Amino acid sequence: MQVRLNGEMREVPDGVTVAGLLVHLGVKAQRVAVEVNESVVTKDRYEKHALGPGDSVEIVAFVGGG
Amino acid sequence: MPQSQDTWSIGGHVHTSRLLVGTGKYRDFPTMQKALAASGAELVTVAVRRLDLSKKGAESLLEWIPKGMKLLPNTAACFTADEAIRTARLGRELGMGELVKLEVIGDRRTLFPDVEGLVQASKVLVKEGFTVLPYTNDDPVTAKKLEDAGCAAVMPLGAPIGSGLGIRNPYNIRIIMETVKVPVLVDAGVGTASDAALAMELGAVAVLMNTAIAEAKEPVLMAEAMRDAVSAGRKAFLAGRIPMKLHAAASSPMTGLIGT
Repeated sequence: MQVRLNGEMREVPDGVTVAGLLVHLGVKAQRVAVEVNESVVTKDRYEKHALGPGDSVEIVAFVGGG
Repeated sequence: MPQSQDTWSIGGHVHTSRLLVGTGKYRDFPTMQKALAASGAELVTVAVRRLDLSKKGAESLLEWIPKGMKLLPNTAACFTADEAIRTARLGRELGMGELVKLEVIGDRRTLFPDVEGLVQASKVLVKEGFTVLPYTNDDPVTAKKLEDAGCAAVMPLGAPIGSGLGIRNPYNIRIIMETVKVPVLVDAGVGTASDAALAMELGAVAVLMNTAIAEAKEPVLMAEAMRDAVSAGRKAFLAGRIPMKLHAAASSPMTGLIGT
């Protein structure tokens, strides 16, 4: 299925969870925060939160800033 | 007063350093790390951005921030209250803290705040339990609205972000300090050490800066200069400066001169 991931349409496994998506992308969960359809998904819900087709996912991290 | 006793607090945390520093614009992480350490800052700002999914295992900023420094996530480059609110929530999830430096920007060229959006976003975030530190114009009326919205501090600009123009309206900063009871931090505009000292001499609780240190020729030395300037300015404020006079007031006796 397709989801919008950080602004770009990407193919991901059907029904993948947030935890599964991070593994799929090779991203360390402790370093990022995830938002699905404009709501934060807290780390304790990564395993349960399954993505649906067309979901908008943002994966963010801290960068330098003032 | 020994400096260790001259503390201030925000969100229940007591701080000794009155210099807050940013982590942007450094030429490399090792330079940033040394400058942060030299500044003596206890609070450092960070931004929240999309992870670059094409760069696996990229170096994390956090590994280069000295231990013991507390993160202050910002909502830089957010142009609406909604964007700022979403960014603040993501920052909280990343940092596991309630502090947020709230920015809602109204104009790309000057990066001046959109004060209407700022007040709106403040109200929402305060309700959600955030300790909100809004970056705002040097406008006492807005500062009061932000205080009424429940912000833990107000952070008027000295001059536009990254401009290095110094404290352009010291009188407004003073009026803001008369107007609100929450701590007033001067944020943005500092170009060199004397600007930081001036902000503190006016009575600011603390000063926040990034570019003045990060883009100095020698960032580590400038960080040290800023630490000293903030400390000197604070001491001068506490000591109480003399009033300005138009004419001279001699320091040496005017009597007992030879040949009179």
